[in-house]
Amino acid sequence: MTDQATQPAPGAAAAKDISLARIALRNRGVFWGGAVLLVIALFAIFGPFFVQDPTALNPINRLKPPGSEGLFGTDMLGRDVFSRVINGAQVSLVVGLFVAVIAVALGLFLGLIAGYIRLMDALIMRLMDGLMSIPAILLAIAMISLAGATLTTVVIAIVIPEIPRVVRLVRSVVLTVREEPYVEAAISAGTRVPTILVRHVLPNTIAPLIVQATYICGSAMLTESILGFLGAGIPPEIPSWGNIMSEGRTFFQLTPWIIFFPGICLAVTVLAVNVVGDGLRDTLDPRIARNMR
Amino acid sequence: MSILEVTNLTVKLPDGADRPFAIEDVTLKVEKGQILCIVGESGSGKSVTAFSVMGLADRRALTPVSGTIKLDGEDILDIDDARLRKLRGEKMSMIFQEPMTALNPVLRVGDQISEMLEIHTDLTRSQRKTRVIEAMTDVRLPDPEKMYRSYPHQLSGGQRQRIMIAMALTLEPQLLIADEPTTALDVTTQAQILKLIKDIQRRKGMGVMFITHDFGVVAEIADHVAVMKHGRIVEQGSVAEVLGAPKDPYTQKLIAAVPSMIPPEREVATGQIALETDDLVKTYGQAGLLGQGRVVKAVREVDLTVRRGETLGIVGESGSGKSTVARCIMRLVDPTSGEVLINGENIASLREGQLRSHRRDIQIVFQDPYRSLNPRRTVGQSIVEGPVNFGLSMNEAKARAAELMQVVGLSPDALERFPHQFSGGQRQRICIARALAMEPMILIADEAVSALDVSVQAQVLDLLDDVRKRFDLAMLFITHDLRVAAQICDRIMVMNKGEVVESGFTSTVYANPQHDYTRALLAAAPGQIGPAA
Repeated sequence: MTDQATQPAPGAAAAKDISLARIALRNRGVFWGGAVLLVIALFAIFGPFFVQDPTALNPINRLKPPGSEGLFGTDMLGRDVFSRVINGAQVSLVVGLFVAVIAVALGLFLGLIAGYIRLMDALIMRLMDGLMSIPAILLAIAMISLAGATLTTVVIAIVIPEIPRVVRLVRSVVLTVREEPYVEAAISAGTRVPTILVRHVLPNTIAPLIVQATYICGSAMLTESILGFLGAGIPPEIPSWGNIMSEGRTFFQLTPWIIFFPGICLAVTVLAVNVVGDGLRDTLDPRIARNMR
Repeated sequence: MSILEVTNLTVKLPDGADRPFAIEDVTLKVEKGQILCIVGESGSGKSVTAFSVMGLADRRALTPVSGTIKLDGEDILDIDDARLRKLRGEKMSMIFQEPMTALNPVLRVGDQISEMLEIHTDLTRSQRKTRVIEAMTDVRLPDPEKMYRSYPHQLSGGQRQRIMIAMALTLEPQLLIADEPTTALDVTTQAQILKLIKDIQRRKGMGVMFITHDFGVVAEIADHVAVMKHGRIVEQGSVAEVLGAPKDPYTQKLIAAVPSMIPPEREVATGQIALETDDLVKTYGQAGLLGQGRVVKAVREVDLTVRRGETLGIVGESGSGKSTVARCIMRLVDPTSGEVLINGENIASLREGQLRSHRRDIQIVFQDPYRSLNPRRTVGQSIVEGPVNFGLSMNEAKARAAELMQVVGLSPDALERFPHQFSGGQRQRICIARALAMEPMILIADEAVSALDVSVQAQVLDLLDDVRKRFDLAMLFITHDLRVAAQICDRIMVMNKGEVVESGFTSTVYANPQHDYTRALLAAAPGQIGPAA
């Protein structure tokens, strides 16, 4: 091999700079899961403008089967189930998205510090161990009974037990990256710690974090529904998939559609999120990603 | 009679690779009782040749398109997988570069050797054990009975490589393929393993195909040599012919690039003292909660001085503490005790804030060119990072970076490119430019040329020597390679187990080593009868 310096290494010219998004969309799971999520999101955002008021009571037409009165039938108060499911989608997506974003942001911050600054490591990690031992549902029920049932309380209650998982993930990445010679070169160049973290360490955590975020998103939606189903979630005047199912529970044998439609929506959404997550893991996993470089 | 005859073998690379064929038109022979060395730099196709013979190359990625590989008259390319599996082990076997990863860490080594016999023979359990112990005795492992029950991590690198050899030889194959088997080992261990392979080969009359990048090793072990370049054999012949009177210009160039063991005459440096350490100690591990914990003394009371314009070499094998000394001086690890004086000021116990202003005086170039540049940042961004940290404006820093790219022999256009677009040698030049951008007084090269091919190594060494003169740098050059040290260092320090056992002017130490360990090291350097010496 000649090292006649000015020319790039053989094959290097062919190496393309492919963005993460481009690589990810080549994966079938990411593509189809993403497409399903996009459709659900469009329904959630624009649907409410086209359907009737989800809280409008119509006792004469109560418990009607799908097709006769509204697409998904009506519930025991004569409210349109289709309209309620569409509106409920907003709650699920908002909870999923917010929980994922907040948990990742806080976890990333704490994880970077714990992984890089030795003194803080033990302190943060023991705190995280403590948080991990709190059961999510019980914490949520406790918080809601103290602070009242609002979307914010629900989101906070679900976020708290998710943070330690993110912190552990980020910390493990930081611990390996901090030993890389390019990080040591940055230290030798007098780069300050916050800059090193943001410039040299953080980019390495992004791929695993995106994957982790999808799983958090899926499980947050499930937890929100469970809380709604238990009657401890979003207040009943705001339809969410959980509380629609909760209210339909008593009529399950008579009018199964009240539970069936929000249930199937929840299942499809969580499945889509998880399929995207699996696809992202396959494409962004460091070992596989390295082979693609 | 030939055991192995490869005729006109061409292996195709997958589409989109940097060249169409991994190896082209390769013809070679291994006779009974002969060692054939295949030499070449990285990417020359030497390993593909070996893997093709073993039938281990992934045929979807590396497709043989023409030629034959005849093992004892049977064409490897024509037989089915079952037959191939039988041949592997019984007629041919292979040893690899990295003995740790080639062994299964959760199985006892004896059982791993025994597995070969279990698959290929009908021996009973106790007969197998006897055979394994015999094989282990054959490769001169101490106390084979006890070693039979050891796990790989309990053995040293050399012992693990012996286990691999024992495993390869239990079925008494006629052909042994050795793919850089000593590259990961220290020189003294390397010398022992080379001797062992040669002994066993003589005793059993095997054919050996030995792959290496090191002409020293070739001189030590080969009967016959084939030199490969870009997938083709450019020259082959007996060791005396190829090393003594190489015909092909590429072979001549490679042999000329091997650094000589004889240090050239050097002037004594008289510049001011830039770096000094006094009783530098680094201890790892803490005393346990109850009494003595496990404590490792990585560096014990090291004193050194380097003047401006001078190169001090620290030589030693792995685990000798030479890199830890560098890392303590760089304050990438905190020394346990002792002083590190830069320009007379002790930085050993400064806190990060106070230390920062001293960082620019002392820069380092690391061993692994693939990991020392952030893959997500352009070369330019990596180089300007340091100067900008110390208040240079972005434009000035860029101008300086462009200048330095020319100093290290690269084009300033390259600043916009990413590290993966460069070869190892080019990346190492970039790292040197990054270090120089700080205008340091002291440059530490920590095995900076060890990962490079020999022809590139020579160029980077020249560059280092050139920048040392040009910028009047004090250079600390850390290496395990005595040939490299001989060429570049004014003075050397030999380290063993954290201690400096000998130091002095390079020519004096090489000509008249005082300490036993230095003598052993110098004696173990391969290929002293070689062309360069």
